[in-house]
Amino acid sequence: MTLYPEKLTCITGAAQSEVGRPSSRTALQLTADACLAAIADAGLKVSDIDGIATYPGKSSEGGGIAPVSPSEAAAVLGIEPRWILASAEGFSHMAPIFNAITAIACGLARHVVVFRSVAQATARLASRQSTLMAGSRSRVDGNNAWTVPYNALSPINTFALYAQAYFEKYGANEEQLGMIAVSGRRNAALNENAVYRKPLSLEDYLAARVISTPLRLFDCDSHIDGSTAIVVSHIDAAKDLRNPPLHIESMGMAVGGLWAGRYEGDFTSIPAAHRAGEMLWQRTDLKPADMDCAQIYDGFSIHVWMWMEALGLVPRGEACRFVEGGQRIALDGELPLNTGGGQLSAGRFHGYGHIHEATVQLWGRGAGRQVRDAKTCVISNGGYGYGAMILRRD
Amino acid sequence: MSQTPPPARKLPELEPDTAFYWTSGAEGVLRIQRCADCGIYQHPPFPRCSCCGSEAVAPAPVSGKGRIASYTINYEPWVPGLEVPFVFAAVELTEQRELYVFTNLLAPAEAARVGMAVTVEFEQHDDVWLPMFRPDAGEDAA
Repeated sequence: MTLYPEKLTCITGAAQSEVGRPSSRTALQLTADACLAAIADAGLKVSDIDGIATYPGKSSEGGGIAPVSPSEAAAVLGIEPRWILASAEGFSHMAPIFNAITAIACGLARHVVVFRSVAQATARLASRQSTLMAGSRSRVDGNNAWTVPYNALSPINTFALYAQAYFEKYGANEEQLGMIAVSGRRNAALNENAVYRKPLSLEDYLAARVISTPLRLFDCDSHIDGSTAIVVSHIDAAKDLRNPPLHIESMGMAVGGLWAGRYEGDFTSIPAAHRAGEMLWQRTDLKPADMDCAQIYDGFSIHVWMWMEALGLVPRGEACRFVEGGQRIALDGELPLNTGGGQLSAGRFHGYGHIHEATVQLWGRGAGRQVRDAKTCVISNGGYGYGAMILRRD
Repeated sequence: MSQTPPPARKLPELEPDTAFYWTSGAEGVLRIQRCADCGIYQHPPFPRCSCCGSEAVAPAPVSGKGRIASYTINYEPWVPGLEVPFVFAAVELTEQRELYVFTNLLAPAEAARVGMAVTVEFEQHDDVWLPMFRPDAGEDAA
């Protein structure tokens, strides 16, 4: 098999800051909390880190979605990076990880800390409208110009189109979709850092207000303040570290469709996510059936169905029936799903909660939510750009 | 001090590549960018044809008819003064498969259906003529 760059790299440390709605700590403090803890978790010193990367960088727009730049994080941490990257474009949230993999494989860095920080709870305290798509200017431009004038002010309106088309094509229903939120909440109850831990029944889900049909309140993730960091290392530099290395077995990435403002397909699947899924499985001998658990992006619940099918974890049109009743996606089920609660219950760590949870499971740190003998995990990120990874422990 | 009510809609910036889409309604016609060389329509417009690479792309009049590919009924009042519920929809235009435009449906929310035949109707706000769509009764009866 071709030597793919990800095979030369592994995850050696991971950590999450506290989660707040809001947090009393600033985004930069939360970033430092997560990065320092991840570096310590790997058994490394700050001086061992020679690369730093984040998604998406820093912007005053977007209501706390982009509060910290990699340069200021490096300065605060006392890292003198040889390699640095902020990536707002491309394969969505995983882009800095994929780029870090490439940098490490090329010899530009040995240990890269990758972080993702959000300060959306704080931003929404100042203005509840700060996280909408309309921006702060008097008129809207770029991709949002096609939707915002029609008062599609939240991404939910776009993804609701996918949910409605999927419901109609495959005969799916709201009880089936509700299991994403209900199952996630069951797992979040066992995750001390999850933002919502109170039990949620299917009845509670159905009784909650409709936001944009067919999506309800609990189909939406939740704005938080928090940060996640991982350390990506060269396999040769990982041998004597604190944790068994988590091999990056393969990566898959794609852009297109929504990212370019183009709508591909018939709204019942996300074609670019399928392209990421195809790439993912081309680079490994592992098969979907070999996955011990799955951390699947859930900005909105419907993303999970789109991604499960894109990754080939279930056949097209079958995600709705696979999750029905919740047994097959439970911690002791066929494919334990979003074992830390996902973004719907653990909070919008924006894909990095999923990556962190994969490390929790593979390092056996799940306590009450631990999946037995978890050795492999598939992770996906993104609603507009698409990234997926398989992590594997020896 | 009186409070000015927020605008009913945030309008699109008239950008060089896109202004024709938002102003074409002044003549009562919907226009979509089309490639003169390969004949394909593309939306949103680009400075070149993403199918054949030609730069011979220009706005071309279309029928203004299509079908609802998908829709959602929005109930959340995202900003003060926003009237809910309303229908946000993707319309697949008759001219070409997967040629989508976004819109609101000018009909009671509960009337929306996937596959519903619709026809364009423009709504003017300042220098913008927003393409809206209403059920095309003639088409559905046909």
